[in-house]
This record gives sequence, structure tokens and C-alpha cells, in this order.
Amino acid sequence: MNRNAFSAALAAAGLALMSAPAFAQEQAASLDDKVNQIFSNSTGWFVSLIFSNFPGTNFPWIVAWLVIGATVFTLYFGFIQFRAVGHSIALVKGDYSDPNDAGEVSHFQALATALSGTVGLGNIAGVAVAVGIGGPGATFWMILAGLMGMASKFTECTLGVKYRNEYPDGRVSGGPMYYLTKGFAERGLPGGKILAVLFSIFCILGALGGGNMFQANQAHQQISGIVGDYPGWITGVIFAGVVFAVIVGGLKSIAKVTEKVVPFMGIVYVGTALIIILMNADQIGWAFGQIFEGAFTGLGVAGGMVGALIQGFKRAAFSNEAGVGSAAIAHSAVRTKEPITEGFVSLLEPFIDTVVVCTMTALVIIITGQLMTDPETGLYLVGDNGMIKTIDGSSGVSLTSAAFGSSISWFPYILALAVVLFAFSTMISWSYYGLKAWTYLFGEGETKELVFKIIFCIFVVIGAAANLGPVIDFSDAAIFAMAVVNIIGLYFLMPIVKRELNSYMSRLKSGEIKKFE
Amino acid sequence: MSGKFVVGYDGSVSARRALEFAVDRARAQGGTIVLTHVLEWSPYSFLTPQELEERHSRRKEEMTRAEKAIMTTVKAELDDAGLPNEVVIRYGNTAEILGRVAKEHNAVQIIIGRDGQSALGARVFGSVAGALVQTAPVPCTIVP
Repeated sequence: MNRNAFSAALAAAGLALMSAPAFAQEQAASLDDKVNQIFSNSTGWFVSLIFSNFPGTNFPWIVAWLVIGATVFTLYFGFIQFRAVGHSIALVKGDYSDPNDAGEVSHFQALATALSGTVGLGNIAGVAVAVGIGGPGATFWMILAGLMGMASKFTECTLGVKYRNEYPDGRVSGGPMYYLTKGFAERGLPGGKILAVLFSIFCILGALGGGNMFQANQAHQQISGIVGDYPGWITGVIFAGVVFAVIVGGLKSIAKVTEKVVPFMGIVYVGTALIIILMNADQIGWAFGQIFEGAFTGLGVAGGMVGALIQGFKRAAFSNEAGVGSAAIAHSAVRTKEPITEGFVSLLEPFIDTVVVCTMTALVIIITGQLMTDPETGLYLVGDNGMIKTIDGSSGVSLTSAAFGSSISWFPYILALAVVLFAFSTMISWSYYGLKAWTYLFGEGETKELVFKIIFCIFVVIGAAANLGPVIDFSDAAIFAMAVVNIIGLYFLMPIVKRELNSYMSRLKSGEIKKFE
Repeated sequence: MSGKFVVGYDGSVSARRALEFAVDRARAQGGTIVLTHVLEWSPYSFLTPQELEERHSRRKEEMTRAEKAIMTTVKAELDDAGLPNEVVIRYGNTAEILGRVAKEHNAVQIIIGRDGQSALGARVFGSVAGALVQTAPVPCTIVP
């Protein structure tokens, strides 16, 4: 998904937008300001705690937390993300699925649903911010962090399936709150319940913020960028209406259409990126040269090599949500006798999200020459704001748009449509993640669930209408707070995953687990 | 010899015609009818998280409904007529499942109806009859 690095660029864009019709909006703006003020006063400490840097650097500790977690899981499971890829693909294809289970949730479906929650604005806009600040070298670190994140996903999704709740009526519910409670109890460790409650609280806040307001806000920016400026609440009400129809009204048709169009959009996006890269085939060698050289020297970007590394790591962590725990909720519905199989499948998720989709965005921006270099030194030109100067001065989503548009003039329209659809599908996914956390805290029940769903829809309108920077900062912080709680849990529970892995691998080797015809 | 006749049955008028055709053949040869109902399903479709959660219970509901609505009534008719029969309800691609059921039961023939789709319609959306003819492991009869 699409987070913080991006919201900074966004806030800048938002400011520019707000200042133009400032006179008429003075009153509204002052109300926004008041809300912002109150909100940032009461939550600012939390935001700065989560996003604070290591002393003397501008490296946020939360990014290190995610990357260290990913590294630990990678080593602990012996580079599972490279060993198991073949088997993962076989599982997704259904080679190991019992034909008698047809009609149940397949590995492919669980993966596709989880992906539609993570592939989103971050892949399009967030990457542009990362490359815009960190230069081409950021791409290298982003890919590396994406590859490491596969191990975190593997761990959390295996646990998600293993400790899910199966209700008498056949429904299943899983996720970190369940494995934290049950897994800790099984190992005789204290504190599982506290972690689960904390996780749920952060998950609800993250769902309302990053999974909702931020998406609505971005979708509005995109639409108004094409049709001209108009009040955000209009977008908000329309979006809220559609979201309401899906999550409250149970209007499956809309969800079905989106769920079909979103993967298609993803394929169109990657396909177009590939075409643009091929159109500039003579530049491919140069672009990779820039990526590798930039990764270790920075090529003049703010902060040099470390600057590129921070941006790349940050983008990967924010985009694929590995270690955050959200995907474990979606993955836990799969029909399988072996929880570990869903772990294998889920490790493809950061690969597709970060290593494929994010990298495509980065390559297109680099290869179309959007970033300006000094012809004499070959270094990138950095503006006063720390961002690399671009041809038309754009950043964030408009940089991506400009890069695609420079090769295919009408693609920005398709891109805008993709952004809106990605935003919508991310909202649907997060409404569900939030709801699961909500029911974990307050119990299941139609009224209780309805309360959350209505709150969720109201926040869509707020998100689209207002320029609530601090609120969005807070919700970003909440999503990463989920990762703090979740990864602590994963450290304690990883021996359980190891046991599952060893048992499964030996049975796979002995032929006890085999492909179905 | 008592062959088995796999009949693709979905409750439609054309399926009914296919069944009648099969009943005649089975009676003449002393064969068994394998009534097969396929719930169209692809493991590669896309679902929302909510649908994922409910999938297992929905599947149970759908199975029960299919058993009750389509199969028990027809099965009762066949029983009354004194024809040996079996009922199979499966999820999946209709043509594929019919072929697989025929193989599993060592059937001598697959019989399905068709509803007279236009050639263009069949080209765009594909047709069960077309796919079955291409893939069936045993002879196939398509009852118009």
C-alpha cells in the first residue's frame, strides 16, 4: 500500500490545491485547521514515536524493525523464499489441491484477495516518491527488502491459518489477534491477549486511516486532476455510497466487478510498463547501471547511498505490508489441511507487489528520463526540497503519470482509472481487516458489525473531503504499530512454524504429500 | 451388458430431454443412470475477503440446495420407474467434470442436452457441448 513517504508529497500537492481558492474556503479551511490542530496535539506524540529516526540519522526505526524482522525470518527459515518458489507456484496452480475440495477457497483465491489489498496507490505513487528522493538506487534496496519481506509473510500467513477460528456454521476467521492469543497460550507464554488487543486497536485505526481516508483522498486527487477541481465531499459521498452498498448492502455484484477489474488493471499496468521499457530497449543497460551505481553511491541524491537505501527499504515495507499482519487475515480463509501451504503461497505476495509491480514503476520513471541529471557529472540534480528535479517538476503520482504519458500519451487516463479502482479494492479489503479486529474486541453480532461498517463509510467522506494531514499521519503510524506488535509475536511463535515446515518438507520428500491428477 | 450413462442435469428443459433420451437407452440395455449436476466453479475466480470467509458455509448451502431442489425430485422419479441410478454433485467446469465422472464410473456414454445457443454466442462464451465433444473420454450424445 501507499503510505507515508507519499503523504508528504501529497500534503504538498494538497497545499497547492488549497491555496488557490483560498478565499472562498477560508472558513472551511479554518475548521480543517482546528480539527488538524486538536488531532495533532493529542496524537502527535504517537506519530513521532513510531516514525522517529535513529539518533543522528534520518533512518526511521520502524523501517529497521521491519527489515530486521524480515532478515531474521529469512535466516531462520533458511532462505525459504528462494527454496520454495517452485512449490509455491505449484500450490497456486492447484497441483496439490484435492479435487473434492472444489468450491472451497483455493490458494489462488486467497492470494488474489490478499494482493488486491496490498497492490494499490503505493505501487504507483509511493514508488515515484521513493525514486524521486532516493534516485534509481532506491530501486535496488526496494527489491532487496521485498525479497526479504517474503519470509515475514510466510511466517505470519502460516500462523494465520494454523490458529484461525472455525465456527460451527462453517465460517472462518483468522489473523494475528487469533494466533497471538492461541499461539502464546499453546507455548505457555504470557501476554498474548494483551498483544492481540493492541494489534486489534491499531488495526482498526489503520483500517480507517491508511486503508480508507488515505485511499479516498488519493482517489479524489486523481479524479479532480482529470476533470478539474471540485469539492472532495462529492467523491467521498459517491465512494461511501458504493462502499456502503458492498459491505453493508452485501451488493456482491459491485465487489465482483471490482475484484475482476483490479487484477486486470494490474496486468495492464505491468504490461504497459514492459512495453514502455521495450520501447526504450537501448536504455535498459543504462537504467540498470544507474540502479546499481545509485544503490552504492547515491549518484548525488540527498543522503547519498544511505538516502537511497532508506527510501528503497521504506517503500518496500510500506508497500507489501510484510510483517504488518494484515494479509494473514485474508489468507486464513483458504481450504487446506496444511497451514504451511498458505505460507508458501503468501510469500509470492511481496514478490508480485514489490519485486514486480513496484520495480516496473521505478524502471519506467528511470528509463523515460524523468529525473534530471547534470550532463557534466552525470549526478542527479537535487532541488531545495531534497527531491531530484524532474522534467516537468512533478512528483508522486503525477511523476508516474508523466513518465507513462511521455511514451503513451493517453495512458494517464487509464492510470487514473487504475488508481481509483485500486483505492476502492484496498478500501474493501481494509474494511474487512478492520471489521475482524473490531469483532475480536467487541464480539460478533450484526449490530456491532453494522456500527463499524457505518463508521467506516463516514470516514470515506471525511478522507475525501478534508486535507487532514495529521489524521493520515496517525493512521500510517497505526498501521506500523500493528507491525511492532505482530513481529514481537512472530519472534515467539516462529519455532511453531519451523516445526510445521520440517514436518511438511519431510512428508513432501517421502512422497506422502503428492500432486493430485 | 449393464452400461452406465452419465447424464448432465441442471433442471433445464433441454437437460430434461437428455434425461428422457438416456432413460430410454438405459431401460433398453438394462443400464444405470449417473445423474450428474455440476455447480460451475473456477478456483481462479476472484472473491472479496468477506466471500472468502463465508465460502465454506456457502458451499455447504449450495450443495444441500442442489441435492434437494434438482436431484431428489428427479431421483425419486427414476426410483419410481425402477431404474438403477446414482447422483453426483460436483463443483467445477461442467465439461471437465462430466468427463471425469464418466471415467470414474467407467461409463459407456455421456448424454447432455443443448439449448440451441447461436453460433456467435457459443464462440464468445464457449459451449459445454463443444468443450465436451473435444474432451470426453467416452462417446457423447448431444440431445437437441
